[in-house]
Order: sequence, then structure tokens, then C-alpha cells
Amino acid sequence: MATADTTIARRRPGATGRRVRRIGARTLLYVVAWIAAIATLVPILYAILGGFRDTGQLSTNPVALPDPWVFSNYTGILKSSTFWHQVWNSTLIALVSTALTVPVAALAAFVFARFAFRGREVFYTIFTLGLLFPVAIAILPIFIMVRNLGLLDNPLGVALPQAAFGLPMTIIILRPFFHSIPSDLQDAAAIDGCGPFRFFVRILLPLSRPVLATVSVLAIVGSWNAFLLPLVVLTDSGGWTLPLGVTNYSQQYTTDTAKVLAFTTLSMVPALIFYAFAERQLIRGLTSGAVKG
Amino acid sequence: MPPRPVRPTASVPAGQAVPPSRLAEPVSVQVDKRRRGPGPRDRQRARRSRVARKWVAIGLFLLPALALYCLLVVAPIFQAFHYSGYKWNGLSSPTNFVGLDNFKRAFQDDVFRGALKHNGIIIALSLAVQLPFALGIAWILNQRLKGRALLRVLFFAPFVLSEVVAAVVWSLMLQPKGLADHTLDAAGLHSVIHDWLADPSIVLYSVFIVVSWKYFGFHMVLYLAGLQQIPKELEEAAAIDGATTRQIFRYVTLPLLGPTIRISVFLSIIGAIQLFDLVWVMTGGGPVDASNTMAVYMINHGFKRFEFGYASAVAVIMLMISLVIALTYQRFVLRRDIQGALTTQGR
Repeated sequence: MATADTTIARRRPGATGRRVRRIGARTLLYVVAWIAAIATLVPILYAILGGFRDTGQLSTNPVALPDPWVFSNYTGILKSSTFWHQVWNSTLIALVSTALTVPVAALAAFVFARFAFRGREVFYTIFTLGLLFPVAIAILPIFIMVRNLGLLDNPLGVALPQAAFGLPMTIIILRPFFHSIPSDLQDAAAIDGCGPFRFFVRILLPLSRPVLATVSVLAIVGSWNAFLLPLVVLTDSGGWTLPLGVTNYSQQYTTDTAKVLAFTTLSMVPALIFYAFAERQLIRGLTSGAVKG
Repeated sequence: MPPRPVRPTASVPAGQAVPPSRLAEPVSVQVDKRRRGPGPRDRQRARRSRVARKWVAIGLFLLPALALYCLLVVAPIFQAFHYSGYKWNGLSSPTNFVGLDNFKRAFQDDVFRGALKHNGIIIALSLAVQLPFALGIAWILNQRLKGRALLRVLFFAPFVLSEVVAAVVWSLMLQPKGLADHTLDAAGLHSVIHDWLADPSIVLYSVFIVVSWKYFGFHMVLYLAGLQQIPKELEEAAAIDGATTRQIFRYVTLPLLGPTIRISVFLSIIGAIQLFDLVWVMTGGGPVDASNTMAVYMINHGFKRFEFGYASAVAVIMLMISLVIALTYQRFVLRRDIQGALTTQGR
């Protein structure tokens, strides 16, 4: 008892010193974290605010708040049909390719997760290898194929290859989730005369809503941001998606920086809104595959 | 993940220890009689039809994915190999077979070798600067900071934007007398100002800054998820034993984060090999090819000069580099993680 008391007494001065130092260190951590966060935000804020300036303001004082606030850049773009055309094209392609990838990948992931059969791991490995091969490597043959199918300048010419290249990632995320659903459930369903497909549609998919949301968000954002495939397949400006539109707009108005920034900002609004609502799903999806070791 | 046990398909019910010499009829008949179930023929037929149904289900479920994948991923990759042997403009069908000439030409071309080197530099810088930075931020956020969720959202935001948006905004910021120059000027660092995108000796580093801005949040999120899986007790135990913060990080946190770091390094390398959108929009590979990458080089030759055979050879080179890195990695680096995973499961 006595010894315990003395040790505590002896430690006390050191402990307070440590606490002071710890508080100092914590403040330092906050400062570093927030400086880095603000630095990360600068380009995004620069684009948003830049859209509210005129080009003269941008070259004289790009740092401060706009003075006066100019709205014509944004309103001009929002009134132009080109912009809305591109929004529509981007949306259509994102929806079609997601509507293809997710169900197709879910069926495959279901087989990989819940059936035991010879060659399963081989097939699964073939799909996972696809993660290594982005569209860039196969873009020339894909272009030839899309041309031979007559799908150049057709949204399907972008959506189909995109859906195919989205399969590996989607299957890899879905499989462990499907696997984790207790097999008793399937056995019970089977006793009640429920075949694998009915089980898949009626029981597995409804139970997997969160992970399905995750892979859908990933697919939509991926498609929304895709550049190379649309660049190659969509030559006619009427079919362009937003990334193509942004590139073209920035080349067209090289001197009118403010307009370019306004257009860029508007093009990233949907992605940012999506992010604001589905941040959890996005991050969970991206980390679930990688942080397993 | 342990493979699910395979259903026994022999005519002996599971769990019955039968000596191999007596595997034949009598035993199973006996068993069946005792259970008063249907006769062995019926059971066999039922099982066979069940097995057949299983294979039909597997086939039907797998078919759409396989078809889509083979048609639009696997086939094009093999076709790239095929095209790479021809001198071909991509219009009619390829006839002028040139063997390995395209590959020889690529490796003799200074521009391609430069592009290869640039990809290498981006990889090296990412591993040396971007990933440690991401790890540092993740470590900070993991110290139970207030507002951690908000900070995570902010750091991850650039990853959600397209490379095109990043490229356009950053080129405007980095243009002469743009935001970057203004800020440096205001900070009294006038001498630091350069032609960020027009100076061949600097442009690649400017590109790297933008790559880091766009992707460090992704790696940070990976690390953060990895850090959160480390039991707090371990670090607390080390602290009680008198380890300093640095020692805890070095000897407890870092080793336990190993698998996550290795995956993040791998993804970073594979991503850097394919760098395209950002460079294409920001610099087009210029000035004087100082920021050229393999993918930009390939698209330039394929779609601007219509050298489809040659561009395919470049694609094949990229593919082989990715594959070699992936296999080496799998063999020498990731295997340790897999072994680790197996030993923790008690095998």
C-alpha cells in the first residue's frame, strides 16, 4: 500500500508534464490535419468561386472572394442546351452500364460464393485478374470491335465495355458479402422448395441491399468520370459526355478562364452531390476489398 | 476465405466411416433399409438429377458475366497481342505481318523510352512521397481527433472527381500568373515561380502533384480502415510498457498495417502505369514529350497517326509490365500476407 502511494507520488510531476506535452502534440495534429484539408479543398473552391468572377478578376486577384459576384457564367451554361445534352448522355451511359454490371456481377458472385464446384477458383481468378487490365490496354481492339458492331457514337458502345470492365471489382466486393449470409437460410428455403434462383432473387438480393448500393455507387461514379472510352467511341459532339464536354470547353475558351471554371464546376456537381449522400457506401466499398490482407 | 466443403458425390452417405474395400452395394442398401427411404436406384437418380440441376444453375448464373467478360475484356486483350504483330492502320483487316518489329521499334524510340521512364518516376514519387503522406494523415485522423469524419470527407473528395476536372482546374491554377503564382508571390516566394506546365524539366513534377492531390485521399482511406482494425489494446499495452509514440508507430502500428500498405503500394503502381486522362488533358504529353506516359504515347500513335499495330504493341508492353509486377508481387510480397491470414485461422 505504502509503496503504491509513493510510486504514484513520484510519478505525478512527470505525468502532468507529459499531459501538457500531449495537449501540445494534439493541437499540432489538429493544425496539420486542417491545413492539409484546406489545401486539398483549394482547387475545388477555386473552381467554384472562379465561376463567379469575370476573367479580369481572375487574373488580378484570384485569391479573395469574387467582387462583384458574377452570375452570368453559370446562368449562361445552365441555359445552353449543349450542357444539358451532355448531362443526359453522361447519365444515360452511367445508368445503362450500372444496370448491366450489377445484376450480371451479382449472379456470378452468387455462384462463386454459394456453390462448390470444380474450377470455381480458376474462374474467380480469371475475373479478379481483370482488375489489372484497365480499358486503356484493350482500347484499340475494343474500338475495332465497337466499330464492327456499328456502335460508334452510340451510348451502348461506351456502356457495354464499361460494364464488362466493371465486373471484376463488383464481383470481388459482392462475393464475400454473399458468402457471409448464413447457409441455413438457403437450406431452409430449399426445404420449402425454393430453388437457387428464387433464393437469389427473393432472399439474397433483399438482404444484400447495402452492398448492392455500394457497388452501384462505385459503378455510377466510375462511369460518370470515365474519359478514354467515350473519347474514342463518341466522335460526334452530340453524343459527348461531360468529361469530353469539359475538355472541349476548356480548349474552346482558353482565354475565358472564368467560363471554363463555371463549366467544370457544374460538371462536378452531380459527382459531389452523389458523394455527399453516398460517402459511406463509396468508402466502404473501396476499402472492403483491399483491407483484408 | 476457406472454400466451402464439397458435397460428397459417392453413394456413401456423408459421415459414415466405411473401409475402402467395402464401399460397394451392401452397406448402402443396409443403410437405406434402416432409414426406410426410397431404394438405392431412386436415390442415385435423384442425386444425379440434383447434381445436373446444380450444374445447370451454375452455368446459367455464370453465363452472362462470362459472356460479357470474355467478349469485351478477354478477347480484346488477346486481339491486342494479335494486332501487335502487324503494321496496320486499323481500317481494313491486318495483312502486313512484321513479327516483333513493332516491339523493337518501341524500345528503340527515345520518346517511348522517355514515356516509360516518366511512368517509373511517377511510381517512385508516389511511393516515396504520396503514400507516406497519406499514411501520416491517416495516422493523425486515427488519433480520435474531433471532426475526423468531416476531415475524411474532405480528403477523399478529390478522388470522387474525374481526372479531367482535376486536370482542367489545375492547369488553370498553374498557368502563368494563375492562383499558384499569386499565392507564392504573396508569400514572398517570387523566386520559386516557374512555368509549371511549360518547362520540360518541371512539368512531370507538376503532373505528379496533381496525381497526388487526386489519389492520396484514396490511400488515406485505405490506411484509416487498416488502422481502425488494429486493436487499441495493443498500442495501449505498448504505451504502458513505456514505448514512445514513435516507437509504438514503428514497432506496433506499422507492422500490423503491413497488408494494407502492400495492397496500397500495389494499387498505386498499377494505377501509375496506366496514367492517361490527367496527362492527356493537362499537357498532352508535352512540352517536347517531357510529360509523356505510355498510355498517352499509345493513344497518340493509335488514334492520331493510325498506327494500330504499333500502338497495340505498346499496349502489350504495358500489359506485360502490369502482369510481371502483379505476379512478382503475388509471389514475393502478398504471399506473406496470405500465409499470415492462414496461420491466424489456425491452419
